[in-house]
Amino acid sequence: MPELRITITHKVGLHARPASLFVQTANKFPCSVKVKNLTADGQFVDAKSIIMVLTLGVMKDHEILIEADGADADSAITALKTLIEGNFGEA
Amino acid sequence: MPEMKLLGIPASDGIAIGPIFCYIPADLTIPVCPPGTVEAEMDRFEAARGQARTELQGLYESVHIRAGAEEAAIFEAHQVMLVDPTLEAKVREGVELGWTAEQALAKAIEELAAMLAGMGDELFAARSLDVKDVGRRLLRILLGLPDTALDAVTEPSIIVAEDLTPSDTARLDPQLTLGFITEQGGLTSHSAILARTLGLPAIVGMGDGLLEKVSSERSTVMDGRTGELIVSPKDETIARYKEVKQQRESHLKILRDAAEKDAHTANGRRVEVAANIGEVETARTAMENGAEGVGLLRTEFLYLEDTVPPNEEKQYAAYRAILEVMGQRPVIFRTLDIGGDKPPTYLPFPQEMNPFLGWRAIRISLAEPELFQTQLRAILRAALGHRGLIMFPMISDLDELRRAREVVERVKADLTRDSIPFAADVPVGIMVETPAAAVLVDVLAEASDFFSLGTNDLTQYTMAVDRGNSKVAGLFQPLHPSVLRLIKQTIDAAHSCSKWVGMCGELAGMPKAIPILLGLGLDEFSMSARAIPEAKHLIGALTDARAQQIAREVMSMSTAAEIERYMMEVLAKI
Repeated sequence: MPELRITITHKVGLHARPASLFVQTANKFPCSVKVKNLTADGQFVDAKSIIMVLTLGVMKDHEILIEADGADADSAITALKTLIEGNFGEA
Repeated sequence: MPEMKLLGIPASDGIAIGPIFCYIPADLTIPVCPPGTVEAEMDRFEAARGQARTELQGLYESVHIRAGAEEAAIFEAHQVMLVDPTLEAKVREGVELGWTAEQALAKAIEELAAMLAGMGDELFAARSLDVKDVGRRLLRILLGLPDTALDAVTEPSIIVAEDLTPSDTARLDPQLTLGFITEQGGLTSHSAILARTLGLPAIVGMGDGLLEKVSSERSTVMDGRTGELIVSPKDETIARYKEVKQQRESHLKILRDAAEKDAHTANGRRVEVAANIGEVETARTAMENGAEGVGLLRTEFLYLEDTVPPNEEKQYAAYRAILEVMGQRPVIFRTLDIGGDKPPTYLPFPQEMNPFLGWRAIRISLAEPELFQTQLRAILRAALGHRGLIMFPMISDLDELRRAREVVERVKADLTRDSIPFAADVPVGIMVETPAAAVLVDVLAEASDFFSLGTNDLTQYTMAVDRGNSKVAGLFQPLHPSVLRLIKQTIDAAHSCSKWVGMCGELAGMPKAIPILLGLGLDEFSMSARAIPEAKHLIGALTDARAQQIAREVMSMSTAAEIERYMMEVLAKI
């Protein structure tokens, strides 16, 4: 099962536009995608649910863990990695 | 139905004739009725989501065109929430327990909103409001109720509401709004100020029960000068008001011609008439109305539109755009003036019993040096080649003012060290809006290059009255002898220290106050752009000797009512 540990560097964290983009990206793939906030030591939640992703309270410099399971799981992880590393499309 | 006349507080001049649009947030009480099958209820939920998606897309597009991508983003976020799988799962759970889609949805929204509301970080907690907003939209659709939000206005109408919040008014379409009337609110409430900025007639403080009285009126007449609303007007009433409307508009044309010239009293003393503005569009309106400068640039608009404070470059670009519209005319930048009544999401605001007596304006700037320095850097850089001035809000003490000036000097030193070009000769002044500042002008003059009277807050703090509270709004009297004494004291003390005094409160643009202020020696009048032509016309009709005589007369009076009566007589003769 592919997984990814990554730090969110965007200034607002997983909130507002970055949170929307994160969830919209996860929803593009048929596999299940889960995410948890390692910095806040929380539970895994459904990465396709904007409300649940918001409840993680991921702020700037928090580290998250993403797990994907099922069809296209590798592609889902790659797409999320690209999104986060590209600072959600902002310079 | 016979013709009926209702009276409120006149808030913005102008006549409007047209149908009423009642803005009533829908009552979303869920009726008790037996549920359909699980699949039938889920189908209803699915259909409601489809309609909500269409509505939100429509809102997104219309706000995008009107106000830009940033303002519209919220409706995009709502669409993402709409398809949230957790929301769907929770609704299904409820429906499987034998509830209707409405009941299941209400429960799900309540749980999810509570989950967010309970988060420690305020920024995240605030998103519970969005969940509730999406929930209300879905529930409204499930209950088969129409979208009564302001976006549902389809023909030019007079908008009637209990009250209008800033986010409501942001969604008003100026093309479809003939005027507005609110049950609550006072002269300086957000909606009243916005009406004057847009040049729309407005009446506020009409009192409870207005909505029921006028809800289905197809034809009404409102007069924003007198505060009158005429329901079911006779044909001759409509004809009469149409004529008055036309007369006023042609009078306005004469005033606009006067606005093109610089203001002088009848005996030739130069007086500056400037505008109070926010964004760059309002700078253009100011120029169209003959502003000779900007007496108050409210910089808050940059701070309240986003979830993060505006960076230096964003501020620099916004300030530069305004300065370029104003050319070589002076522009007074008031540094950040916010408080707990309209907190931005990124500042940790304490729970305050009295936000107007709390952590606000310069008190925040001094406590948040990074925020303050960023703004000062942007102003000093933007002012290069233009005439920028800096003004601190809500100063009540010399030490506060000295500390603020030290920050300005530090910022200048940083810019010099980094070889970044900036305007080195920017005058720095203060707003006189606390009684403390008004009685200490001679002391504050040591560190202030100029003064500007903020009469809205000065009246509020002097009379100890919340101007937005309709139960006490009657006590909000800017022409009260106590306020006028503080104004006179401020002008006299500043002049004896060779400093000039302006005024950027609502009072500066009121015809009934202008002769008094002129007589007291006020040097600069700054007001809503639309009030400028009339103000210039009035100043040009008065000699200094006549104005001084009026001011002396007024200063000997005991009550605001007496002063108002006297000024009405004075104005009738000009």
